[in-house]
Amino acid sequence: MDFQLTDDQAALRDGARDLLTGRFGPERLRAAVGAPVPDRGLWRELAAAGFLAVRLPEAAGGVGLGLPEAVLVCEEAGRALLPGPLVAGQLLAGAVDGVATGERLAALCDGAADPVLCEFPDACAEVVVLDRGAPGRAAGAYRCAPGAVTRAPFASVDPLTPLARLTGYPRTAPLPALDVPRLYREAALLTAAEQLGSAARTVEAAVAYARQRTQFGAPIGSFQAVKHLCAGMLVRAELARAAVYAAAVTGDALDIAGAKLLADEAAVRNARDCLQVHGGMGFTWEAEVHLHLKRAWLRAERWCRAREAEERLADALAG
Amino acid sequence: MDLACTEEEEDFRAGLRAWLAKVLPALPPKPAATDWPGRRAYDTAWQRMLYDAGYAGLHWPVAAGGRGATPTQHLIFLEETERAGAPYVGANFVGLLHAGPTIAAEGTAAQRARWLPPILRGEEIWCQGFSEPDAGSDLAALRTRAVRDGDDYVVTGSKIWTSHAEVADWCELLVRTDPAAPRHRGISWLAMPMDAPGVTVRPLRTLAGSAEFAEVFLDEVRIPAAHRVGAEHDGWRVTMVTLSFERGTAFVGEVVACRRVLAGLARAARANGRWDDAVLRRRLGRLNAEFAALWRLTQWNVSAAQRSGGVPGAGGSVFKLRYSHARQELYDAAAEVLGGDALDADHPWVADRLSALSYTIAAGTSQIQRNIVAERILGLPKGR
Repeated sequence: MDFQLTDDQAALRDGARDLLTGRFGPERLRAAVGAPVPDRGLWRELAAAGFLAVRLPEAAGGVGLGLPEAVLVCEEAGRALLPGPLVAGQLLAGAVDGVATGERLAALCDGAADPVLCEFPDACAEVVVLDRGAPGRAAGAYRCAPGAVTRAPFASVDPLTPLARLTGYPRTAPLPALDVPRLYREAALLTAAEQLGSAARTVEAAVAYARQRTQFGAPIGSFQAVKHLCAGMLVRAELARAAVYAAAVTGDALDIAGAKLLADEAAVRNARDCLQVHGGMGFTWEAEVHLHLKRAWLRAERWCRAREAEERLADALAG
Repeated sequence: MDLACTEEEEDFRAGLRAWLAKVLPALPPKPAATDWPGRRAYDTAWQRMLYDAGYAGLHWPVAAGGRGATPTQHLIFLEETERAGAPYVGANFVGLLHAGPTIAAEGTAAQRARWLPPILRGEEIWCQGFSEPDAGSDLAALRTRAVRDGDDYVVTGSKIWTSHAEVADWCELLVRTDPAAPRHRGISWLAMPMDAPGVTVRPLRTLAGSAEFAEVFLDEVRIPAAHRVGAEHDGWRVTMVTLSFERGTAFVGEVVACRRVLAGLARAARANGRWDDAVLRRRLGRLNAEFAALWRLTQWNVSAAQRSGGVPGAGGSVFKLRYSHARQELYDAAAEVLGGDALDADHPWVADRLSALSYTIAAGTSQIQRNIVAERILGLPKGR
C-alpha cells in the first residue's frame, strides 16, 4: 500500500500550481474581484493544459487520467481561488460540445436544491440540471434549451462567483451516457477537493502572517493562543486531505459524503481562523481571507450539504 | 495514491488471519481488570504465542531480534488483531513500544542481548519512569537524582503515572546525573530492576476508579552504571530518538475498535427510540466520517513512514490531536444514546467514557501537541 502521491501525481500537482501561480497571481485575482466574469483567454489556456479534459480518454482528445488526478487539479484551483465553473467543466467535458476545450462554459445545477442555483449565469452558454429522480420521475441530466431558461440573478456573497436562482428550466431529453448518481457523487468530491485546497492555503496564509506581524515586541506566532489556532487549522486540513484522497481512490458514495463533510468543515473553519489571526486586517476587503471564507460557504451549500452527508453517514451505521 | 495492498501484503494478512482463527478460540478467559498478576500472566502468555508464531517485534529491526516488517505490514497486524478480538499489547506496551526500541537503537551489544529477547518472548515487563510530580509536560524539569558511587548510581526521587509498575521487572528511568548542566544535558537513561532495595510502588487510583498507574518512590536505590543506555548525561536525546514511536501507531487498533463501538451506538439508538432524534443521528453520522477519516489518515501517515524508511513523522501529533478529541466525542454521544443508563458506572461505554478523559492528557497533552505541530511542522517561532 502506498497512499502517498505517485511521482506523476506530484508532478501534475506542481505543474497545476505553477501554471496558476504564473497566470492567476494576486493582481489577476484582484482584477477578477472587480469584474467577476471568467477570463475566457485564461480558461482556454487552462483547458489546453488539460484542466477540463483531465479524465476524458486520450482517444477523445483528453488527458486520460482518473479521479485522483482530477481531485489534485481541483485542489490547486481551490488554493488559487480560481473563478469559473471548473467542476461542471470537468464533469461535462466530452458530454457537451466545446466544454473540454474551454470554448464554451457550462453550468451544472442540482435540481434537488432549493433554490436551484446556477453559477456564472451570464457566461454559461449551457445549463445542465441534475434531476436525481423521484417516484414517478426518472433521474436524468437535462440540458436546458439556452433561450428557454429563466434566471433571477442576485448579489452573490462570493465576489468571485456570480449566482442566479433558476426560475424556469424546461427540460429537453436527458443527456445520454451520463450516470446521474455518479455525476452527483463526483461533483461533491471535486467540490470537496476545492475546499481542501482552500483549507490548506488559509493555513499557510495564517502562518505567514503570524510570523511577520509583531505585537508586544514579538511575532504574534510566538504566542500560544495564535499558535494553537494555526495547529488546529493544520489538523483540519490534513484530516480532510486523507478523507478526500481516499474517496478519490475508492469513488465510494459514503467515502465521498464523509470527505465533503470534513472538507467543508476544514475550509469554512480554517478561513474563519485565518481571519481571526489576521485581526483587523482580516476584516478588510483588501485582504484575501474573506474570499476564501465566502467561496467556502458557497461550496458548502453545493453538492451534498452537511445535513445530507450526516444523515447518509448515520444511515450507513448498523444499517 | 493507492490503498490496495500488494500481493505480499495480502499474503501476510491471510497468514495472520489463519493463525488468529486457530489460536484465539483456545485462549483462556480475560482476567478481571483488578487482577494484576492475572493480567500480567495473560499479557505475557499472549506475547509468547506471538513470539512462537514469528509475530513478536514485527516492527523491530532484524538486528534487534525483530522481523523488520514494513510499516504497512505492521498496520495490517494491528488492524487484523483488533478485528479478530485478539488481546491488546497490555503490560508489554512499554517494553515493545519504547524501552525495547530505545535499547535497540542506543544500547550496546551486551545490553541488547540481555534485555531485548525477554521482551520479545514475553518474559519481562517494563514500565516507564519519566514523569514526576513537578515534571509533567515539562519533562526536562525532572529532579530524581543519580549520584555516581563506584560502579553504581545511587538514585533518590519519585516518579508518577507509571503504568504497570506493580507487575514490572524493569523500569526505564530518566534521572538527573548533572544538576549543574543545562536542563536537557544533565539527564541519563537507566534500566532499573523493580525489585531493587529502596523501590516503593504505591498504586494511584484514577477518576475511572481503576489503579492502572502508580507512584514510584526511590530511596537511595543502587543501579549498576552498566545499566545506563547511551552516554552519561545524554539521556534526553536517547529518549527522544524513539518517543515519537509511541505516537506513530499506538492508536491504530483503537480506531478500528471505535468504529465498532460507533456501529453499536447506532444499533442501541435504533432499539431504544433515540434514533428519531435528528440531532443525535447527525452527530453519529459526523462521527462516522471522523473515524473513517482517522483510519485514512493512519494509512497516509504509514505510507509516509514507509517512504522515509520507517521513521514516523510529526504526522503522529496531527493524528493524536484529532483522535483523542474524537474518542471523547464518541463516548459523549454514547451517553446521549444511553440516557439514564449513562449513570451506570459498570456499563462498558461509561467506563470507556471515563478512561477517554485521559486521552487529551497522556503521552503529550493536546496543548503540548499543538505546540509541536505549530513549531515543528508549521515553523512558528518558539515562545511562551
